[in-house]
Amino acid sequence: MNARMRAAGKIPSRFTEGLAQIGACGIFGLQVLVAVPRSLRHFRETIRQVWFVGAMSLVIIMTCGLFVGMVLGLQLYDVLSRFGATAASGTVVAFALYRELGPVVTALLFAGRAGTSITAEIGLMRATDQIDAMEMMAVDPRAYVVAPRFLAGIIAMPLLACLFNALAILGAHGVCVSWLGMDNGTFWSNMTSNIDVWKDVINGVWKSVAFGAVCTLIATFQGYTTAPTSEGVAYATTRTVVFSSIATLALDFVMTAFLM
Amino acid sequence: MAQRQSYQIGTGLFIVLGFAALAYLATQTTSLANYRQGDSYTLNVEYTNIGQLKLRAPVKLAGVRVGTVSAIELEADKLQAKVSLAIDRRFNKIPDDSSAAIFTSGLLGDQYVSIQPGGSPDSFKDGDQFVLMQNSMQLEELIGKYLVGQGDAGKPGDKGSAKNEVQPEAKPDQKLEQKPEPKK
Repeated sequence: MNARMRAAGKIPSRFTEGLAQIGACGIFGLQVLVAVPRSLRHFRETIRQVWFVGAMSLVIIMTCGLFVGMVLGLQLYDVLSRFGATAASGTVVAFALYRELGPVVTALLFAGRAGTSITAEIGLMRATDQIDAMEMMAVDPRAYVVAPRFLAGIIAMPLLACLFNALAILGAHGVCVSWLGMDNGTFWSNMTSNIDVWKDVINGVWKSVAFGAVCTLIATFQGYTTAPTSEGVAYATTRTVVFSSIATLALDFVMTAFLM
Repeated sequence: MAQRQSYQIGTGLFIVLGFAALAYLATQTTSLANYRQGDSYTLNVEYTNIGQLKLRAPVKLAGVRVGTVSAIELEADKLQAKVSLAIDRRFNKIPDDSSAAIFTSGLLGDQYVSIQPGGSPDSFKDGDQFVLMQNSMQLEELIGKYLVGQGDAGKPGDKGSAKNEVQPEAKPDQKLEQKPEPKK
């Protein structure tokens, strides 16, 4: 009885705590949005962050893209050959990549590669009182620390997703055409006659813009609000990956429904 | 200073690479790649049934893409579909007794207009109209015909049934294995 009552008391408190977290993240997001124009004064910092979250992630994104494309090409060629429709392999690979896999896998990799380092960096700034020091000097850390990273995520994510897609298409082309002997002309002409620029390519880009905003917002929020201990930074980093992944996949469903 | 230079160059390279990838995806792997069409001239065809033919569907001659479907409208007085074909200027020697048929690429593919060249010494000019055409094949109609025992109506040489309709003389080349423009 006692245990049940305690449990009953605990669930609402956890629930309200989760709600409060979401609310705090939303308010933080608004504050960052307001701070974005001020951060444009030191735009060089944003460029440095694009370098840090974007250019430094190139290797992992491009390698993973190549392998994802090769696997998709191999699997789809095998499966479609059962229906005698191997000619559509390239098309199906492109559909899967542009609409779903490109933006989503890039966002997941981005959360693991760049999101964690953003959280750890800001979290350590918090733990070593650098953020409080900035506030003391009347420098808004949201404008100076958070907003450049937020902008950099929005700029870098779509470009990374495009590179992921391009490498994946090349990988699929390599497997289907060079290895499995599919006709080169069929591969491209079937693709070009079925893929639409706006409905497939550009919609995927919109998705990755949204994922970039959400992933960097979560990463900066977790770092900004971390408990100022080494354990707290570790937890914050873990939560960044977990929440970014959940938010990406949930948002993906919603955006797909809207963009259809 | 050197440090700043190197990361700025790297960032620039990253952004240029990203946009290059986007441009590549958008223009080389989508239907945009097929819009690359210079000067064109228009030919018209009237169909009684265009099936699932859509705007910008390809127009092919001997399996090679020569143009696109530029307009589809219903002619209110004749109750026929008027399809305009934008043919590339390079292909200006299409005999004026050629016929335009609507075929399907593959079993479940999209429909396209296939021009079957005739033997006339004169060629089509801008705005000309095809005299000979073949409607889109409707699966239901075919099944219906065979069910009521008129299966021999579609045999070659029997030109009495429809006014301008060309009977399919052979199985149209509906394979996908064709190279419109070899790309690397």
